[in-house]
Amino acid sequence: MAAQPSSDFVRMRLAEVLRDTILKLNPWSMMRNPVMLVVEIGTAITLWLTIVAPAGPDRAYDLLVTVILLFTVLFATFAESYAEARGRAQAAFLRKSRASARARVLKPDGSWEWRDGSELTQGTRIRIEAGDVVASDGVVLEGVGSMDESAITGESAPVIKGPGDSVTGGTVLLSDVLVVEITADPGSTFLDRMIALVEGAARQKTPNEIALTALLAVLTLIFVLVVVTLAPFARYYGPHAVSITTLVALLVCLIPTTIGGLLSAIGIAGMNRVAQINVVAKSGRAVEAAGDIDTLILDKTGTITIGNRMATEFLPVPGVSAEAVAEAALWASVADTTPEGRSVVELAQKVLGLTEVPAPTGEPVPFTAQTRMSGIDLADGRKIRKGAVSAILRVVEQPPPELEQMAEAVAREGGTPLAVAVDSQALGVIRLKDIVKPGLKERFQEFRAMGIRTVMATGDNRITAEVIAREAGVDEVVAEVDPEGKLALIQREQAEGRLVAMTGDGTNDAPALAQADVGLAMNSGTMAAKEAGNMLDLESNPTKLLDVIEVGKQLLITRGALTTFSIANDVAKYFAIIPAMFASVPLLHGLEALNIMHLKTPHGAILSALIFNALIIPALIPFAIRGVRYRPESADRMLLRNILNWGVVGVIVPFVGIWAIDHVLGLFGLA
Amino acid sequence: MSISTVATWAVVIGGLLICAKPLGLYLYRVFTFQPTILDRPLKPVEDLIFRAIHVSRESSMSAVEYGVSFMLTNLVWAVMAYVLLRTQGLWPFNPEHFGNLSAGLSFNTAASFVTNTNWQAYSGENTMSYFSQFAVLQFLQFVTPASGAAAGVAFVRAMAGRPLGNFFVDLTVFTTRVLLPLSVIFGLFFVAQGVPDTLLGYLHLHTLTGATQTVPRGPMAGWEAIEHLGQNGGGFTGANSANPLENPTALTNIAQSLAMGLVPVAFFYMFGRFTGRTRLAWTLMGVAGTLFLAMLAMIYFPEAAGNPIVNHLGLLGHANMEGKDLRFGLGGTAIFETSTMAFSTGSVVAAQDSFLPIPGLAFFLGMFLNMVFGATGVGLLNMVMFVILTIFLMGLMVGRTPEFLGKKIEAREVSLTAIAFLLHPLLILVGGAIAVSTSAGLAGVFNPGPHGLSEILYAFSSAAANNGSAMAGLNAALPFYEIAIGLVAIIGRYASIMVMLLVGESLLKKKAVPQTSGTMRTDTPLFGGILLGSIMILNALTFFPVMALGPLAEHYLLLAHHLFS
Repeated sequence: MAAQPSSDFVRMRLAEVLRDTILKLNPWSMMRNPVMLVVEIGTAITLWLTIVAPAGPDRAYDLLVTVILLFTVLFATFAESYAEARGRAQAAFLRKSRASARARVLKPDGSWEWRDGSELTQGTRIRIEAGDVVASDGVVLEGVGSMDESAITGESAPVIKGPGDSVTGGTVLLSDVLVVEITADPGSTFLDRMIALVEGAARQKTPNEIALTALLAVLTLIFVLVVVTLAPFARYYGPHAVSITTLVALLVCLIPTTIGGLLSAIGIAGMNRVAQINVVAKSGRAVEAAGDIDTLILDKTGTITIGNRMATEFLPVPGVSAEAVAEAALWASVADTTPEGRSVVELAQKVLGLTEVPAPTGEPVPFTAQTRMSGIDLADGRKIRKGAVSAILRVVEQPPPELEQMAEAVAREGGTPLAVAVDSQALGVIRLKDIVKPGLKERFQEFRAMGIRTVMATGDNRITAEVIAREAGVDEVVAEVDPEGKLALIQREQAEGRLVAMTGDGTNDAPALAQADVGLAMNSGTMAAKEAGNMLDLESNPTKLLDVIEVGKQLLITRGALTTFSIANDVAKYFAIIPAMFASVPLLHGLEALNIMHLKTPHGAILSALIFNALIIPALIPFAIRGVRYRPESADRMLLRNILNWGVVGVIVPFVGIWAIDHVLGLFGLA
Repeated sequence: MSISTVATWAVVIGGLLICAKPLGLYLYRVFTFQPTILDRPLKPVEDLIFRAIHVSRESSMSAVEYGVSFMLTNLVWAVMAYVLLRTQGLWPFNPEHFGNLSAGLSFNTAASFVTNTNWQAYSGENTMSYFSQFAVLQFLQFVTPASGAAAGVAFVRAMAGRPLGNFFVDLTVFTTRVLLPLSVIFGLFFVAQGVPDTLLGYLHLHTLTGATQTVPRGPMAGWEAIEHLGQNGGGFTGANSANPLENPTALTNIAQSLAMGLVPVAFFYMFGRFTGRTRLAWTLMGVAGTLFLAMLAMIYFPEAAGNPIVNHLGLLGHANMEGKDLRFGLGGTAIFETSTMAFSTGSVVAAQDSFLPIPGLAFFLGMFLNMVFGATGVGLLNMVMFVILTIFLMGLMVGRTPEFLGKKIEAREVSLTAIAFLLHPLLILVGGAIAVSTSAGLAGVFNPGPHGLSEILYAFSSAAANNGSAMAGLNAALPFYEIAIGLVAIIGRYASIMVMLLVGESLLKKKAVPQTSGTMRTDTPLFGGILLGSIMILNALTFFPVMALGPLAEHYLLLAHHLFS
């Protein structure tokens, strides 16, 4: 499902979106959104006024207001339907893989029968043969086989699964036969959760969303008060000082319809953005919590570093050239297919200026736990070996004293030394190092600017850990830590009031994953880890945690920006509507001085404000769906930038917009 | 602008600034029960009181206990005041032999004084006996600001992560350690300046023209001190501080302006000291101070420019001095009026009714905001209410759950704070709307046009903000206004304090989040500016329409030289 739903997909679903747009007008479902509910009630009132009004210009005005109000509501329901449709488009990719999932359910006697995937419950044992689609999530009991997980992860390279490994529904077994015990009931597999979340079906309001909805509801109530009491205040100047239709128009302009209309779309789109980076969040709450994270606890190996040690340098003993070491190392490694071996070959190529790797001519000697070295016996009789320094020392005669010193120096600097020997002569040392993932240091810096502390927790020894910590630029390093230590570390941070995020994949990571506020489990990990975390990365990339945090922050920023924009907009609307609405009262003619936009007619002014208020909703849908632009920086800088972008601009834009709409209306004789 | 205007303003504003820190630190020591120089004379007295009511300084209450103690105590005082006013004729110290007050007026006065509003639907000099003045009303002028300040202290303690404290202890200590000593100082100063302080009856003088004039007097000097120190604002006589006996000299005018603001401003500093964030306190003081200066400018400059209609006639071409006292001039009047509206006092030195519409708008601004320092404690509560709303509205834009003082602001706090914000427009707009749509309400309006509407709105704003000043021109002695104003004052006082105490307690119970560079800082000029902006926008959105129909409409009519006959 790696792909984002294309705009074509949404276009194909247009009918569906439009249908939902209308269906969502149901006042009952509108209860969730008090702001738009008020607009809908206002629409009903003006509609009724239109019907009972005597024919004439007032009726036309009432009708126009009603139509604009209706569109205001429709734009809001459209935004939500559109966001949901995008989610459904994403979910469809997932569903496809599940459509044909049948399972060979094992009977107690060892035979099996076909059952539908939806009948599988926890504890059921199934047999999976090559070519089968895995019908549900489970754990491998017997057998080893290669699995195509591209349907879920987008990663095409097959993954080997053996006893104890977890398998995910929707993936395909490529070879061999597996016996799997199902670990999820129907409807609760990862796939189901992901579908539910992106479709918005399982969407519950997140804590911030609840708080914001409450605030918007009270603001709306205040504006209802302002407008409802304005009627008697206006009547102080005469019984017909103000029309009900105009009061409804004022109310709708004032209540925060922009954010009210887009709030749920922002939430749905936020979940979709998480899904787009191939992370399954078990709840929206977890995504929002990601934005609040104060401390990131990261593993070293595989998370901060690439995961495999890489050769970075050849160190010859005195009297030997670096090229000689490189050549020996190259021969020793040509048959070595491990990532370490590859890295030695690559480095040797670079040192020797070779573009191609010579074919191994001779007898490769594989690595064993006893010898702790590997190499090759070349056809010309030379025996070339590389391996642990102590192992090499045992086979060489008269080891140069510098060799051990060099090895110690490498270890001291956090690397791993490998010695290289030809026959019984030790030539030098290969420096193997953990390599920090490219770009990580810069990201940690960005996170620091945002006030997020990064803590590297590793089981490695202090020296190795500190070297990597320095290179990666993490804020704190905890070395020689076991899973219990990690749990204690999380609890310590939490006791100081911090929110903690971590990644993990092993069963012994499960308690820490559960304890963390955001626990991102790896899809390649054990079922225990996957169950304990509140998010799951389908691509099993621990660095993904950083992306999740950014999505969480962007979600909050988008809500804040559109709320600020919505409220800032109201200033201009007052200047448009207040002078216009009392234009018929002689005593209040002086208020025309407030008509600083020089709107032409009273009705035109009110309609312009109302049209602007409606149009701004679809105009902001792209921001709601994509999230507002976000740059990692300190809170104060971010606040300043967003206040200018959304607050100050939010005050100015409607002045221009309403003025322009008034001029367009003038062309049609409406203003 | 004359030298005397500049000097008067400089002394008042400079005095407030200079006293903020030392007095704030003193308040901090008092409410953390650290030793102060007044321990020796006062501690034994306080200990006696605490023993009598069985409380200890260290005891603490929950927000509900605190609020209920506050309200019940106030209820007892209100009933006491009501009974004593209804039976005024029975009590001594009544040289002018004033009779019992009516039920409506007694309720209105009790409600108004117990809520620290001091709205007066009567004139003291022809209604109240000396006993009613000092034993009923002046007693309330001590204990009701102390109650409000106590609630403020409890809230500040909660924000500082401490237990709320005990209402009765805070009430007692604020009275003994703050109000009484300051009252002694200011009272003696007023006596020295010529303010009468006597229990003898009114003077009956024969004027040069042979007429007989009655000069009301009484125990005034002590009254003037606590009237202003406690932001009470109820005048001993109907003319309040415009009466030359209540406010005889330019120095007493300055002293009264200063007295109103001393403790509220210092209270902001105390908040900073309690929370360990004095920069935040100065930021909030900067916001309130900016609004104070804006109000001062809105009052002074239009009045100095004069009434456009009068100017047009070429008669005077000078400042609008109608209803103002020449002793204080425009400068002294403007600073007193700004203080009384900013600090929610409600005493007046000029006729509010005679100000031009734009200064009138400034009066409204002071009451709508009710946090331009405001009354001691309560003003800070309102300020923090706006801080929390601003943080929540804008704070999301930094990509974190908004937090204040390290505490996350979530649905409960936002809802409660929003309700506290809602109360004010609810009381003013609904109260005013009922008044303008009922014959009972319209019966009190003397002035036609927008000014009449402003007068009604002013009455309800004054009650809701517990300010207590009146625009006059409205007959507030009608039963409708006596009861409506009393009710609005009560709800405006207790509901918002109770809600904010709950907010404080709710934040207190949360775990503090350490501050990082990802935290939105509230102690910066940037936040001060944002806070100021959102305060203005939130209030403009709420009150702009009625202001357009009232003062703004009047302003434009004045510019158009429109006269009402």
